[in-house]
Amino acid sequence: MTSYMPPADRIWWKVPVGRVELVWIALALVWCVIMFLMMPYWHIYGKQNLSTEAYQTTPAAYGAKVQAMVEQYKVRDEANLPVVAPPAGSDIYMLGRLWQWWPILELEKDKSYRLHLSSMDWQHGFSLQPTNINLQVVPGYEMVIEITPDKAGEYGVICNEYCGIGHHTMVGKIYVKE
Amino acid sequence: MANFRVCPDSGFYFHKSAESLIKVNAVAGVVALLLAGVLALGVVLTRWQQVHLLPPQDFYMVLTAHGINALIFWIIFFEMAILHFASSTLLRSRLATPAWAWFGFALMVIGAVMNNVAVFQGRSSVMMTSYVPMQAEPHFYLGLILFAVGALVQVLVFFGTLVVAYQEKTYEGSVPLVTFGAITAAIIAVFTIASGAIILVPTFLWAIGYISHIDAETYRIIWWGLGHSSQQINVAAHVSVWYLIAGVLFGARPMSEKVSRTAFLLYILFLQLASAHHILVDPGVGTEWKIFNTSYAMYLAVLASMVHGLTVPGSIEVAQRQKGFTRGYFEWLRKAPWGNPVFSGMFIALVVFGFIGGITGVVMGTEQINLIIHNTIYVPAHFHATVAVGTTLTFMALTYLLIPVLFRRKIILPTLARWQPYLFGGGMTILILFMLGAGTLGVSRRHWDMDFTGAAMTFEYPGMAYTLMAIAAIGGLAAIVGGAAYLLITVGSLLFGQKLEPSAGFLQSFLGKALAPGVYNVDRPELLARAPRLTVEEHGSAGFEAPGTFALAILLLVSFVVYYFINWKYLASVWPMG
Repeated sequence: MTSYMPPADRIWWKVPVGRVELVWIALALVWCVIMFLMMPYWHIYGKQNLSTEAYQTTPAAYGAKVQAMVEQYKVRDEANLPVVAPPAGSDIYMLGRLWQWWPILELEKDKSYRLHLSSMDWQHGFSLQPTNINLQVVPGYEMVIEITPDKAGEYGVICNEYCGIGHHTMVGKIYVKE
Repeated sequence: MANFRVCPDSGFYFHKSAESLIKVNAVAGVVALLLAGVLALGVVLTRWQQVHLLPPQDFYMVLTAHGINALIFWIIFFEMAILHFASSTLLRSRLATPAWAWFGFALMVIGAVMNNVAVFQGRSSVMMTSYVPMQAEPHFYLGLILFAVGALVQVLVFFGTLVVAYQEKTYEGSVPLVTFGAITAAIIAVFTIASGAIILVPTFLWAIGYISHIDAETYRIIWWGLGHSSQQINVAAHVSVWYLIAGVLFGARPMSEKVSRTAFLLYILFLQLASAHHILVDPGVGTEWKIFNTSYAMYLAVLASMVHGLTVPGSIEVAQRQKGFTRGYFEWLRKAPWGNPVFSGMFIALVVFGFIGGITGVVMGTEQINLIIHNTIYVPAHFHATVAVGTTLTFMALTYLLIPVLFRRKIILPTLARWQPYLFGGGMTILILFMLGAGTLGVSRRHWDMDFTGAAMTFEYPGMAYTLMAIAAIGGLAAIVGGAAYLLITVGSLLFGQKLEPSAGFLQSFLGKALAPGVYNVDRPELLARAPRLTVEEHGSAGFEAPGTFALAILLLVSFVVYYFINWKYLASVWPMG
């Protein structure tokens, strides 16, 4: 009679399935396949995909690369943080550490850059607002993403992976110029 | 030796040892829920930016403890109770090796207490995920390990009880569907606990200094084999409870044993892959790996949930129609016992789990869409729909069923009980919907201050984000009141509810002879026979038998499709990247 008793039929797997269930399973399966295909489709035709380029690194090695970029392309200081304007198409670096994003980047609209991200200590979350792009920043790994800012403005980089007591003070900046 | 009693109201046979273990596991779970609920107050009142109650160190400590108590201790304790119920009680079997089960339970209690002590000492505010290289005190990890080992021991007792029931021929034919679902949950639990051991044991050794380094990315990938899979135990368990409640309240029979069981089997095969949902924006993980895993091979576990989403209400509809509620599409649903918290709790859980939890889960688990959702407050909104409503409200509904049957007490405050699922489910739904909205505006999860006080640089959220968070907090407060009502009714009924038998009460199964002479008077329960056949006509030939449920299912599918593509559109508006 019920779900908490053994099935009425000894060979229950041979009882035919009702039409309601068959139709629903068919519809649901089609939907599952569509959703599955959307991901490879977006890799081919979509513009927002995450690259798989990444390297193992160390805080010291990564920090040295960031430092080199800052020395080469620094244009000014802001709140004791260097503002860096590297040329379009170049490799640009940002590091996360307790509790800041360093340095500030100044980019040109509609130009592409190879953005490198890594952490000097704990895990951090690169959360670019208000456009709302969110990436995990993991110590020991250097992730490289090609980005093309398509709207000018001032963007906040907040940390959205909990990183201790000063987590909420970890705010960085990216400027996008016309 | 007579060790069984039969409940005269429900007909369930309780083995004395099993009964005691179901009780203690359920009570331990409720204690953890009480703690989680009190802590939720601190979380809600701090994230409500205008109130901003706790200072940061307290907030992160409270949030860590809230997550662990609600997501791990409450739910897994209660699931142990469900496993013993689904094996010993439903199969009318004695419990295998009660001493081992007690040992497992004791380990779980020690582990839970140890972990809570570590968190409240204040130097282990590392969140439930405890991502390395942020380090907690060693007994934080040791507590979790002991808890997991204890759970594993109880799961093994569950498997042992299945063997006992089979060998002693306590039932005819195949195990009932509810037991089958519980077996699914138990198998997933073994996988989960194994993943937990693989990563938490080295992490514990690292915390005491025996291991110098744990790779942060490796930790993330293996930890989520524990973190996400443990939520899949919940899915299998609460779906089983839905079938149980449909059977008890409506006499509903599964529409098709084959379909429902195959759906459970799909959970075993594919649900585990979901740990990839958490790794979608991590460095160094391949595209193919992400697409295969995040979609559970090809959304086959989603398919399974969509099947249960049809067959559970569908079986209720068929049973109701047989009772004569045949007018239109929805008379069966209108005339359902909406005033009975067992039904309303279970049905609200089912709807919120499917419509909100399921759809948001698939959307944010889509490889590219995760870019605009990862670590925003959208994520806790999703899992409050799946776990806080889907699982927790289902377990609350089951409690209302078990208090008279298991504890033999009448439920106190019946009017409050009638409204409790609406209060809890409704409050949670407000919390969830508005946190989803705040998440799409980029509000971060696990974050003390939306104003970024003290930061060198500034960033301002739109004013709407503050409004959404405030409304979410009001919903959260309503849910906390609903949770408090549940605890009041449950604990009050155990202590003061009218006894349905003179000896009734918590201690009945512990002091059987002294308290309850003659209650445990069954030596061997009668054979659990196959369910009777309803008519000669089987379900398969009965035509389109659940049109109302089918209409609801189509509504779900349409909402799903629309919301899914809205999110792709939203993704297309952010910076191009690759």
